[in-house]
Amino acid sequence: MEVLKIATAGSVDDGKSTLIGRILYDTRSLTDDKLEAIERTSKQKGFDYLDFSLATDGLVAEREQGITIDVAHIYFSTAKKSYIIADTPGHVEYTRNMVTGASTSQAAIILVDARNGVIEQTYRHFFINNLLKVKDIIVAVNKMDLVDFAQDKFEAIKAEITALAKRAGSTQNITFIPVSALQGDNVVDKSENTPWYTGTTLLEHFEALEAQDIYEESVARLPVQTVIRPKKDEFHDFRGYAGKLYGGSLAVGDEVTVLPSKTASKIKDIYFFDKKYSVAERGTSINITLENDINISRGDIVVKSSELPRETKALEAKVCWMDTTNLVVGKKYFLQQGANVIAAKVSAINSVIATDFSGEAPATELKINEIGNVSFKLAKTLFYDTYAENKTTGSFILIDPQTNNTSGAGFIQ
Amino acid sequence: MNELRVNTLESEAIYILREVAAQFEKPVLLFSGGKDSITLVRLAQKAFWPAKIPFPFLHVDTGHNFPETIEFRDRLAKELGIDLIVRNVQDNIDAGKVVEETGKYASRNMLQTETLLDAIEEFGFDACIGGARRDEEKARAKERIFSVRSDFGEWDEKNQRPELFDLLNGKIELGQNVRCFPISNWTELDVWSYIERENIEIPSIYFAHKRKVFLRDGMIWSAEDDVVYRAEDEEVQEMMVRFRTVGDMSCTAAVLSDAVSISKVVQEIRDSSISERGARIDDKRSEAAMEKRKQQGYF
Repeated sequence: MEVLKIATAGSVDDGKSTLIGRILYDTRSLTDDKLEAIERTSKQKGFDYLDFSLATDGLVAEREQGITIDVAHIYFSTAKKSYIIADTPGHVEYTRNMVTGASTSQAAIILVDARNGVIEQTYRHFFINNLLKVKDIIVAVNKMDLVDFAQDKFEAIKAEITALAKRAGSTQNITFIPVSALQGDNVVDKSENTPWYTGTTLLEHFEALEAQDIYEESVARLPVQTVIRPKKDEFHDFRGYAGKLYGGSLAVGDEVTVLPSKTASKIKDIYFFDKKYSVAERGTSINITLENDINISRGDIVVKSSELPRETKALEAKVCWMDTTNLVVGKKYFLQQGANVIAAKVSAINSVIATDFSGEAPATELKINEIGNVSFKLAKTLFYDTYAENKTTGSFILIDPQTNNTSGAGFIQ
Repeated sequence: MNELRVNTLESEAIYILREVAAQFEKPVLLFSGGKDSITLVRLAQKAFWPAKIPFPFLHVDTGHNFPETIEFRDRLAKELGIDLIVRNVQDNIDAGKVVEETGKYASRNMLQTETLLDAIEEFGFDACIGGARRDEEKARAKERIFSVRSDFGEWDEKNQRPELFDLLNGKIELGQNVRCFPISNWTELDVWSYIERENIEIPSIYFAHKRKVFLRDGMIWSAEDDVVYRAEDEEVQEMMVRFRTVGDMSCTAAVLSDAVSISKVVQEIRDSSISERGARIDDKRSEAAMEKRKQQGYF
């Protein structure tokens, strides 16, 4: 079955939890015992409505404070598709969680309160989804019931975000849908209150999207995770290179180059479990053998010889900082790209970028939740594509060697 | 042309299993003989074929497991030629390290944690692969694919490492270990559909069978063994039931069912209006039951 991963962004006030709850409720995805638990707790807390955030805010601290601290994953399915919603908190102090949620999602819902129109947070959600090149953006203009389903309110928001997208050079598919999460208008079922709206409902829109994982069609990249040597009599000389294929397909007979050694070879066999295939589609976790015996180990990348990536020992990237210890010049990190880990030293912080599109400013450090342009000096040559060309070879995480924490995420420009 | 098409969840799980094997020195697969760990075993076979699965299995046996599951566990490990390590909760009880619960709802579920942590220390495991899924429970929904635990097994739920794209950071200090969850993003239905598609053998208690049971709090409990406490006025009767999860007998209730084949089980789950863990008394202790257990090192 197809799996579509969707990120949501927005604060509780935008009606995000209500929207998710509405989707679950209208697709009959909430089981009786879960619904009863929500009813029971809502009543205990003295609410006269069902608080669906209780279904997603899984930690004691979140329920105590009534806020979403960490990304929650919500699952539901229709006859056609399985859905995973990464429910992310929307405030500026949770930018890193939004980046994390968006990094694994193919589509994003940006909620806008019809009464308030486009606000600073809308800009931020849009900025991050644009930075991470999330393919499909759905702007759900919510609480339409509170503005009497007025078309001009909807159109004004649409015009403003369309202008913003143009200014940001966005190439994403952006869809606008007027909804009332509370009353269910245009969420799963078409609303009679918006006769002027001829588009699809939110769920109809999801159902029509082609689930393709986040790794879109580009050039084929196979980062080698592990080398498979069975040491069994029947597979005496077997040497398989196992990894997940990104970007494009690979076929038996393809001329390939292995990086960083730049050794050339040809694909002999493509295995998935005990079966051989002549072609593997992107997204598959395969195990390949090559025509000649060459030295390959974890972290190497197999590419088609006609599609070589770029290479550098001095890297510049947009970095989203996720650690409470600031990023400063001179500090060393492990840079992990695919299965490849190399030492990297921060050589310059060029600027910090405002997430509300207000521009860049000079900076000497990056604090938690800030995004900036950073230069690195690398211990070894990095083979890469830009993030726009290939998300796998165009992105990385930075690991602090002292704490082992994942301290930042980078997007190569 | 023989083209390999993508199955997102399967490829993701295989990718994660390969990362575990590559990033850690001494991984172990937590194998209970339940459907989720059986699915993990099939995925591990696929990830490393034609080589053998490169890590042993560990089962923390409460002594209250269904005999059908234990028999199945031993047979599968033998067939695959994998080392099966079994550590018993009973040993810790006998040694006086943990005290058994008493009363109507007595269960050894909580006691498993201590035995698991002991085994991790005994063998020096740095990664434990588990079949937990995020759809099971809302604290699980917050857990990472690589979840770092302190040397006391503690989960620091408020300070989890961010996980971006497919990138998994398994770097740890000596003494720490990582719980790894390759089927995090699968739902119960995904697991069953996969078992059906792959034609994977599972223990018989997952299928409808006649069983001696008794009713309490609207749930159906097994009366075939002496494990579950039963009051004298709780009458034994025979019913057609199956189990949706195969945890400890003392905390796993049965459901009424006539599903005698995988396809009927899949259909039953599609139509069900009760969640999988709705029959797990260990989750019903409080709103935060799972989160509390996880903080203490539960898997």
